[in-house]
Amino acid sequence: MSLLELKNISKIYGELKALDNVNIKVEKGEWVAIMGPSGSGKSTMMNIIGCMDKPSLGEVLLDGVDISKESSKKLTEIRRDKIGLIFQQFHMVNYLTAVENVMVSQYYHSMPDEEEALEALGRVGLRERAKHLPSQLSGGEQQRVCVARALINAPELILADEPTGNLDEANENIVLDLFRQLHREGTTLIVVTHDPEVAEAAQRTIVLEHGRVAREIINENFQE
Amino acid sequence: MSRRKMFLKMVTASLLRRRSRMLIALLSIAIGATILSGLVTIYYDVPRQMGAQFRGYGANMILVPSGEEKMTVEKAQECLTVIPKDQLLGATPYRYVNVEMTSRQRTFVAAATDFEQVQSTSPYFAVEGRWPEGDREVLVGKETAETIGVKLNNVIELSYKPEDTYVKNTLNMTVVGILETGGDEEAYIFTTLKAMDALTGVSGQLDVMEMSVSAASEELENYAAEISENNSDMSARLVKRVTKSETTVLAKLQSLVFLVTAVVLLLTMICVSTTMMAVVSERRKEIGLRKALGASDQSIRAEFLGEGMFLGLLGGILGTALGFAFAQVVSVNVFGSSITFQPLLLPITVIVSMGIAALSCLLPIRRAVEIDPALVLKGE
Repeated sequence: MSLLELKNISKIYGELKALDNVNIKVEKGEWVAIMGPSGSGKSTMMNIIGCMDKPSLGEVLLDGVDISKESSKKLTEIRRDKIGLIFQQFHMVNYLTAVENVMVSQYYHSMPDEEEALEALGRVGLRERAKHLPSQLSGGEQQRVCVARALINAPELILADEPTGNLDEANENIVLDLFRQLHREGTTLIVVTHDPEVAEAAQRTIVLEHGRVAREIINENFQE
Repeated sequence: MSRRKMFLKMVTASLLRRRSRMLIALLSIAIGATILSGLVTIYYDVPRQMGAQFRGYGANMILVPSGEEKMTVEKAQECLTVIPKDQLLGATPYRYVNVEMTSRQRTFVAAATDFEQVQSTSPYFAVEGRWPEGDREVLVGKETAETIGVKLNNVIELSYKPEDTYVKNTLNMTVVGILETGGDEEAYIFTTLKAMDALTGVSGQLDVMEMSVSAASEELENYAAEISENNSDMSARLVKRVTKSETTVLAKLQSLVFLVTAVVLLLTMICVSTTMMAVVSERRKEIGLRKALGASDQSIRAEFLGEGMFLGLLGGILGTALGFAFAQVVSVNVFGSSITFQPLLLPITVIVSMGIAALSCLLPIRRAVEIDPALVLKGE
C-alpha cells in the first residue's frame, strides 16, 4: 500500500482548474520531487498533501485512509501526527530560541522534551547554536533548524516547499545531505522545487503543467 | 519539560522578547488599572473623608429628654455607650438657663457646656479672644456682646433666682471670648456646667447632648433607634440637615466615581483590543506557522488569552501601585489627609485587569483563529 495516493484530484476555483484530474502515488520511504512552472498547481497540490486544503473532486489516501472529506480540525490532527513541513522562508517563531522552536512542534504533537530537541539540532549540526534566536542565525542555519523541527516528531512524510530556494550553494548541499540521510533512514520525502539540481537529488520527479501531471522522470543516477 | 511549562515559556517569551508592541498593551492596561485602583480607593475612602469634612459642619445626632423631665449627666453618658468610641468624635452637653445680667437688668439665655467637647462637635465656632478655661470665665455671643456693649476682659455679674427662694444667686464672670457662629448661638452667654450648677444651685441636669458621630446615615439611624429603645425617657434624633446632605453628596460623588471608572475601563478595553488586533496582524505568519505545525484553534486561543491575561496580571500589579499613589495625591490635595492602603485592592485590581484583558482579546483571538495555515507556504 502506498503511503500517499492522489486519485483523480481536481481543485476548481470558479472557472479555473488549479489541478485537473491528477493521479499520483508515493510509496513509503520514497523521495519524490515535484517540479513545474508558476501556476502549474504545485502550491495547490502542496496544500492538499499538507492537509491545509481539500480537493474539489477526487480522493486523497494517506496510509490508505481517504482524508479528502475530513473536517479542518481532523486535517490539523493528521498534519500534526503524520507530516513534517519545511518552508522556503524557514518561518521560525522569532522570539523563541532554536531549541524552543523545535520544541514548539513537540508541544503541539505530544510533550516538549528539551533533550530530544537538542539531539535533533545535533543531527543538523546546530546543537551549539540551540540557545540562539532566529535573528542570530544565518539563513542556512535557520533552514536546518526547520529540518530538525520537521523531523522531531518522526513524521511518516516530510513535505518541503522550495527548501533551498533562499539558500546559497553550500547550505543547499547541507540541506540535501540531510534529506539523503533522512531518506536512508526510511523517511518519505516530497520536495516541491524549481531547482533542477534539487529535483535530481530525488528518486523520481513529477512535472506538473497547467494543473496536470505532464510527465514523471525516474532519476537513474540517484545516489543513496 | 511539561506542556504547561512550555506554554508559560511561549507566553512570557512573546511578551518579554517582543517588548515594543506589548509595552503599549501593558501601558494601556496599567493606566486602566491605575484609574480603577485609584478611583476604587477614593470610592471607599470618600465616605470617611467626606464624613470628616461634614463633621466640621456640626453635630449629626442629638440626645434629648422625651418628656418634661430634664436628663441627668450620668444618664446621658450611659446612652453614649451604644456608640463605639472610635466613631464618637465628640459629645457636648448643654444646659440652658435664663439668667439676668445685673448691670444691664436684662435677661439672656445662658448655655452651660463643656468647652473642650464644643470644639470637637462644633469646630466652626469662631472665638475672638480665647476659650474659657476656668469656671469664672465666659464666652459671650457676638450679638449679645454688641447689644450690651461688653468687650473682652470685662467682668459681668450674672444672677439667677431659684423658684423656691427670694434670694438671687450672683456670680462675677470675666468675658474671655466673643463667639461668632452666624447662628442663634450669637445670642447666648456660654458658661461651664460647674458655674451654672453654682449659679442655679441645681447640679447634674442637662437639656440636650449634641453628638458628632463618624458613621453613615443608616448606621446613625440604627444607633439612634437603639438609644431610644433602651431608654424610654430619652430620645436620640439625627440632625437631618447634616446627615441628609452628607448622604446626598456621597451618593453623587460615588456615582461619579463609578461612572468615570466604567468609562476608563471601556476605553482601556478598546485600546487593548486595538493593540492586540495589531499584534495578530503583525503575527499572521507566526500564527499560520503554528497552525501548520499542528496547533489546534483551541491552542491558538489559549496562547493569545494567556498573553492577554499575563499582560492583565502585570498591568494590574503595576496599576495597583500607581493607583494608590494617584489616590494618595488626590486625597492629600482634595481632602487634605492621607489614605491607608487596602490590601484587598491588589487582588481585585489584578482580577479585573485580567478580566478586561481577556475580554479585549476575544475579537483579536477570533481573527487569529481564522488565519489560514497555508499562508506560510510559498513565502506569502
